[in-house]
Amino acid sequence: MRPPPGTVQAKETSPVSLELLPDLILTLLLLIMAWGALYAPQRADAMTLFIAFGIVVALIWARLDAPDLALAEAAIGAGLTGVLLMHAARELPGELHQTNRTATYWGALAFAVVASLMFLAHLLYDDSLMSAGLLDAETDMTPRLRTLADAAVPESGVEHPVTAVLLNFRAWDTLLELLVLLFALSGLRQLFRDGQSSENRATSQWPESLALMSAWARVLAPLLVVTGGYLLWRGSSEPGGAFQAGSLLAAAAVILRLTGLLPPLRWSSVLLRLSVVAGALFFLVVAAATAIWGDGWLVYPVAYNGLLIITIEAIATLSIAITLSLLVIGEREDLRT
Amino acid sequence: MIWLASIILLSALAGLWRMSHSPTIADRLLGLQMLSTTGIAFLLLLAHWQNNAVWRDVALVLALLAAVVTVALVQMLRRRT
Amino acid sequence: MISTVLFFAGWAFMLAGCMFFVTAALGLLRFPDLFSRLHAVTKIDTLGLGLMALGLALLDPSWRSCLMLMLVWVLVMASGAVNCQLLARFNLEQEEAQSDEAATRHRPGKGDKPRVS
Repeated sequence: MRPPPGTVQAKETSPVSLELLPDLILTLLLLIMAWGALYAPQRADAMTLFIAFGIVVALIWARLDAPDLALAEAAIGAGLTGVLLMHAARELPGELHQTNRTATYWGALAFAVVASLMFLAHLLYDDSLMSAGLLDAETDMTPRLRTLADAAVPESGVEHPVTAVLLNFRAWDTLLELLVLLFALSGLRQLFRDGQSSENRATSQWPESLALMSAWARVLAPLLVVTGGYLLWRGSSEPGGAFQAGSLLAAAAVILRLTGLLPPLRWSSVLLRLSVVAGALFFLVVAAATAIWGDGWLVYPVAYNGLLIITIEAIATLSIAITLSLLVIGEREDLRT
Repeated sequence: MIWLASIILLSALAGLWRMSHSPTIADRLLGLQMLSTTGIAFLLLLAHWQNNAVWRDVALVLALLAAVVTVALVQMLRRRT
Repeated sequence: MISTVLFFAGWAFMLAGCMFFVTAALGLLRFPDLFSRLHAVTKIDTLGLGLMALGLALLDPSWRSCLMLMLVWVLVMASGAVNCQLLARFNLEQEEAQSDEAATRHRPGKGDKPRVS
């Protein structure tokens, strides 16, 4: 059914087969969700459609054979980002029910129509153009880099190629991603209005949660933590990893905080600030150690490959979880007062 | 298998129409719930179709996150008491 | 022999589950009230998913897949039931708050105590 992994031959069968039917419906759903997220008349509706958009994108990643991306999209893109947006809008009175129409409505519509027509033409006519000699057929599209990477995976300390790439071959990129998260966090801190009035502070608590909500949160949170741990542990041999696990832990913190079962996450807490920095810091320490005493910047010693990767991932998971929790439900307070 | 996947996606599409033409915000959250259940069904079908167990894990994560998102959004949209 | 029985039973359950999905969409389109639409989505969709999961478990009876299918189904069932309650109560609160606002707007001189909203 599927060609063996690692080789991609030139397309000989028609691209328009029945297998495309669910994909076409998914694409249609995607366009509708994207449209709704931008141009729904009320902002609250637009945000809900944004979350639905995230779910559809996760399904599309699944159809494109990218399970790590599907996991990350379902956890972070659909879940946490949507909650974050809703929280941000909630802080601004009246934002939720404002009309959302902008001047680029017709431009976006025209673009969507033209893009769909172009894609449809590619789907239907490329074969006939190729057989008429007007379009060069794509032969042997196996990327050279992928062959090299696949060959090097067994020595990287983990078995899953995506984890090997993220945490060994391109560990520098992952380190920078952790730093980007830190920058996002400090950027968010700048946005808090200074001198929050006392009444704002008094009502910063969430509404009294229904008994059902607290009970449900008590059931969901351990499930989230266990699934997060499972994804982290499994990241070495199957799709999973630090970001997905961290976001599940953050989701547990969010739901516990919103139902009042967790005390407020204050930015002034030293423990929280330390754990936020810990992931990037440990990664930097490892990088510096390998640069000074080892073979080079972030070139792991072969004997400690797997151990290093697992430790980095574990600490990064904690960091990512706390960063995401602070981003979504950290107390909006000004540290200077 | 393909037909099943297409049918559930089409029913999600039909439900979405209703969801967008309704007055209250609770209807949108309802549409979210329906879309996530459909997505989970699609992923389970995909797991069997491609004989790959990882899609069941993605379905589990989607189920968990859909539950969290609904509770979080309800709590955020309620008026402060 | 057993495998053919499993095969046909599995596909029968999956088709039934798919029918329930279509029914849920139909209910969503035709029901007049939010509260009835809630039932259409959270109960019938979940039942459809359960039947599909049962069918898939029969078609692929390995321990790991059956365990995951059952876990996913129980989670979706529980979250469906809880979400139904939560959304219904949330909608009730919104409706009461809106009717309160409308009432206080109609009687401008009377209410000294401002409604907390």
